Amino acid sequence: MMADSLAQKIIARAAGRSSVMPGEVVTAAVDLAMIHDSGGPRRVEPILRDLGVGLFDPSKVVLISDHFVPGDTPESADILEFTRNWAGQHRVTFHDGQGICHVVLPERGHLRPGMFVVGGDSHSPTGGAFGTYMFGIGATEMAGVLATGEIWLKVPQTILIEWRNRLSEGVTAKDMMLALCARIGMGGGRYQAIEFAGSTISSLSMQERMTLSNMAAELGAQAGLIAPDETTVAYLRKAGADVDAWQDLKTDIGAPLLDHLLFDGAALEPQVAAPHSPANATAIGDAPQTSIDVAYIGACTGAKYEDLKGAAGILRGRGVAAGVELLIAPASKRDQERAADEGIMKVFEDAGARILANACGICAGYGADRLGAGVTCISSTARNFKGRMGAPSSRVWLGSPLTVAASAVAGRIADPRNFLTLEISAI
Amino acid sequence: MSGRAFLFGDDVDTDQLAPGAFMSGGIEALAAHCLEGLRPDFAEQVKAGDVLVAGWNFGMGSSREQAAEALKHLGLAGVVALSFAGIFYRNAINLGLPVLVADDLADVADGDAVELDVEAGLLRLTQKDKTLSLEPLPDNLKQLLADGGLVPHLKKRFAAARREGTAS
Repeated sequence: MMADSLAQKIIARAAGRSSVMPGEVVTAAVDLAMIHDSGGPRRVEPILRDLGVGLFDPSKVVLISDHFVPGDTPESADILEFTRNWAGQHRVTFHDGQGICHVVLPERGHLRPGMFVVGGDSHSPTGGAFGTYMFGIGATEMAGVLATGEIWLKVPQTILIEWRNRLSEGVTAKDMMLALCARIGMGGGRYQAIEFAGSTISSLSMQERMTLSNMAAELGAQAGLIAPDETTVAYLRKAGADVDAWQDLKTDIGAPLLDHLLFDGAALEPQVAAPHSPANATAIGDAPQTSIDVAYIGACTGAKYEDLKGAAGILRGRGVAAGVELLIAPASKRDQERAADEGIMKVFEDAGARILANACGICAGYGADRLGAGVTCISSTARNFKGRMGAPSSRVWLGSPLTVAASAVAGRIADPRNFLTLEISAI
Repeated sequence: MSGRAFLFGDDVDTDQLAPGAFMSGGIEALAAHCLEGLRPDFAEQVKAGDVLVAGWNFGMGSSREQAAEALKHLGLAGVVALSFAGIFYRNAINLGLPVLVADDLADVADGDAVELDVEAGLLRLTQKDKTLSLEPLPDNLKQLLADGGLVPHLKKRFAAARREGTAS
């Protein structure tokens, strides 16, 4: 019996093969194609027309509007209008204004372990948290998938990233990923499959695991997989997905690995990444004293329900520092509703935060809300490339949602652990 | 076709190639801002046949294919780099923009006269009398590029399937 990686097992099944070897080029049938309003209808429709074909299977296509939501410029509004009309014409499943695609897709039960999925967005590796082989592609390639139902890929090697022990209080999945960006660099994933494993990962919730897989994109990996376990299955069943036969979806002992890295989760400190790269991450204690103008809690990376809950833990009973603007764009409508039910949105309101639409918002930088010239921001998002969130002279630091919340209160980049201690002593 | 080399460093990201603020418009408007954060006059200076030469991990970040489309729109003969980010690489080939990997680019200086021979996998430094060998493309990608990208490639494939269907 061959020892296979999780990636090999999923790809072999999708390619209609009993097994595949890393390095070989195969053609695989996609179980699902996810598209959004930017790279989706407006880009694929002219190509499909040119090719003279329709969708390979509308029941396997999910469209989610998020990049140009809330449509606050005339161009954005036009793109959303086109997106809505296209959804109706092609009868695909459409989640309009419900939140960011990577969060909405699993939340609505579209993903299951073992699926082979493409997404028209670079953070598509997020789906890997559910044991799904999911990766991002551009619009022309997506049009090809929509026309044929298949895609070629080079079977990846697996880089096993193992984390042991529980994270300390105030330390999150985001900190794990910033530390990894610094350690292996923005190309360290070498467009292979990263697989996260170990007791730290087992102890994490699904939304925290999604943050790990999400930022596999920042490491330059094609996919960021996590083998399914009881936590995965419980989440998906609640989301309405029909999950069966997931136990064998794991990397076999003795499977070929490109690399195996080991980290101690208990020793990790909160991290912040200096402008303009996630790879500029350091332990927060080593970062220079930096005043901030804007604190942004947003994106598929950093504004899911649990991110909001963590931030609220810091902000409860506190206000945003004078001269600082705290902006919060909850990643999905459902996550925001849950946060509202639990009093989390009220905490944000009391602290003086401005709440933005359930969309990509300033992280993508496509809409009216953007960072102005010379602004210094700390953000819970995945990327701080120069000019991404606004003016080229704006400076974006990255941190966990907890670190962003602590910094909003302090008016400068601040360690969230100090705020946790205060909270406990206040009780 | 000959042109000049435009030299860039490592980790050139898609927000530089296709800035978000211009993503709602057409490729013409977007291409005018291509790489302006790193080199403000890039779009103005670049001419048909020029070659972008870069370090590691070129095109990292977003899946937006306008990053590759903008370079093609500006007339670049191709991009030669030490390595490419995966999605950008696929996008470029799919759009018919040659992207080739070199082992060592230390001999190339900004502004050098260059000639990119995609077929032979060579970057000729015509004034320096030097030729760099580039990594050969895998066969499936060579075919895609030869067809002019994914859309013409699929058209060809569909036409062949239709002919076969008619014949049988």
